[in-house]
Amino acid sequence: MTIFLVVLYLLVIATLGYLGYRKTHGASDYLLAGRDIHPYVMALSYGATFISTSAIIGFGGAAGIFGMGILWLTFLNIFVGIFIAFIFFGKRTRLMGYHLDSHTFPEFLSRRFQSPFIQKFAGIIIFLFMPLYAGVVLIGAAKYIEQQFVIDYTTALFFFAFIIAIYVIMGGLKGVMYTDAFQGTVMFIGMAVLIVYTYYTLGGITEAHSSLTAMSPPASFVAKGHTGWTSMPALGSDFWWVLVSTIVMGVGIGVLAQPQLVVRFMTVKSNRELNRAVLIGGIFILLMTGVAFVSGSLSNVFFSKNVNNIEFCQITGSIAETCPGSKVVEVTKDNIRNLRKNHSGISVGDSIDIHKDVPHKITTDGSIAIVAAGGKVANIIPQYIKQSMPKWFAVLFMLTLLAAAMSTLSSQFHAMGTAIGRDFYEQIEKGKDYSEERSVFISKLGIGLTILISVLLAYLLPKVYVKGEAIIARGTAIFFGLCAGSFLPAYIGGLYFKKITRAAAVAGMVGGFATSAFWLLFVHATESSVIGLSQLIFGKPFLFGKPWIIVDPMFIALPVSIFLTIAVSFFTRKPSDDHIKKCFQDI
Amino acid sequence: MLGLGDFWVFAVYVLCILSAAACVIYGVLKWNSDGQEDNSEQRQWAEEEIKIEKSL
Repeated sequence: MTIFLVVLYLLVIATLGYLGYRKTHGASDYLLAGRDIHPYVMALSYGATFISTSAIIGFGGAAGIFGMGILWLTFLNIFVGIFIAFIFFGKRTRLMGYHLDSHTFPEFLSRRFQSPFIQKFAGIIIFLFMPLYAGVVLIGAAKYIEQQFVIDYTTALFFFAFIIAIYVIMGGLKGVMYTDAFQGTVMFIGMAVLIVYTYYTLGGITEAHSSLTAMSPPASFVAKGHTGWTSMPALGSDFWWVLVSTIVMGVGIGVLAQPQLVVRFMTVKSNRELNRAVLIGGIFILLMTGVAFVSGSLSNVFFSKNVNNIEFCQITGSIAETCPGSKVVEVTKDNIRNLRKNHSGISVGDSIDIHKDVPHKITTDGSIAIVAAGGKVANIIPQYIKQSMPKWFAVLFMLTLLAAAMSTLSSQFHAMGTAIGRDFYEQIEKGKDYSEERSVFISKLGIGLTILISVLLAYLLPKVYVKGEAIIARGTAIFFGLCAGSFLPAYIGGLYFKKITRAAAVAGMVGGFATSAFWLLFVHATESSVIGLSQLIFGKPFLFGKPWIIVDPMFIALPVSIFLTIAVSFFTRKPSDDHIKKCFQDI
Repeated sequence: MLGLGDFWVFAVYVLCILSAAACVIYGVLKWNSDGQEDNSEQRQWAEEEIKIEKSL
């Protein structure tokens, strides 16, 4: 049954991708879907691109730790990511994009500020860093396939990436948008069933919430500011900073400057389509992140009543840390399957420390979600589905996750391919031997290259990152924060402020990017201690103490970028009236 | 407060639903407005696109 549904699903996707391919003509169509897209397709495509396995598995799992305070992210997703993005950003982006004949986000910024450098700079940022986001989405999907079909992680990863590669390269954005809309519909149904079933099995809305409110968090959570799963963490505590600065603000605001989302505004032919898309988009996001976060939080109630004798070590922050002591065992044919649950990339004959990174102290009655999921944030939602839902739903949910991952990834690969093809290569080659066919060819080549890089990251990251799958939410937050710090002030400035100058936009982008990079490499403990550059140069894993080491890079980079964009505008040459008139025509 | 333990979480639970409702209301009220898609220049651009497509 599972195989049949998956094959059927892939056939529908292949057909839609093929239809997109048949309808694609010329570079304009390949990149922007010909600007003639139905609002339902546009909204669901935007939503399905926006929401990935990262949101459902990664952040849904985080909800199992942080509780329902994470719903502030859902609120921002709807209010900022849909309402403000479509009405205040989308409409202007669409018109300005048309007047400036822009086909990608970097091209839009570059033409708005008449700076070829911006296009190359933004193109390189997208090409270099979006693979991290795509990589973690791939990890989420491949991990789920691995669990469902009990196959090797590497096989799952390559199989999945292969399917995506084919339809993205063949279909261009039109193929991507139709498949996205179909996938959005699948996600819609899957998540709607999940929330109804969750509340139903836990005795109704108020009853379920009350049970969660009555639960006491473990002492290790309380020490870091956790006050319960239906209340906000203590102001200024570790939990508060991670929840508010990284998860809620970092991702909630960062969405406005996501290149693969902004390009969607340029695909509709009038503002009416955007108005209609707001209706569908608002409900869609509520059903996606709202349901994932509420279910992730409420999974604690389910596990507290249904799971006993789970091995548990010490929970700090969002994942289990290395347990004290060690126990080395040899991997054999008999135990490899069990050991793979907690140790990826092992093979027969290896010797491994089974206490390393794995919870192992016995708890008694009941459990909380993170413990039931073996200390891995990304396992909370899959475990909850597996243990609480009927089997038919597990299959439906798997399709939901496949859809979520595929739709996001396809748009990411598309954005990365055009970043290297159109935004970087084409700009360098300008004036030389250039043709439209060559531009499309280079974009496709770029897509192929970024798929390879993303797959490689998805293959390597779980091995390198000792804390395992928490990397999904982290990788997403890093990329969203980087985009906000680098692009957001220039993007808003370009849409609304006629006096922002070319030099100011460049200064804001470069300054915001540099600040983000500095913070990630030398200050924010989660990354700087893993990357190790700070250790290498300064002999310590991070340069400052608390609270800086837990303050998200975007919290610093965005104000720096805003300041530079405004300040430099005062001292540099204003854009010409003709150019401003052209940009703001009909707006 | 729907069984929730903190005003801020209750507030955001309600805000999520209200903001989605606001999206629906906005979409319904504006369902047919802003429909004038093209000025003459844009229409010409679209016609040229169709011509090119047909010629291909």
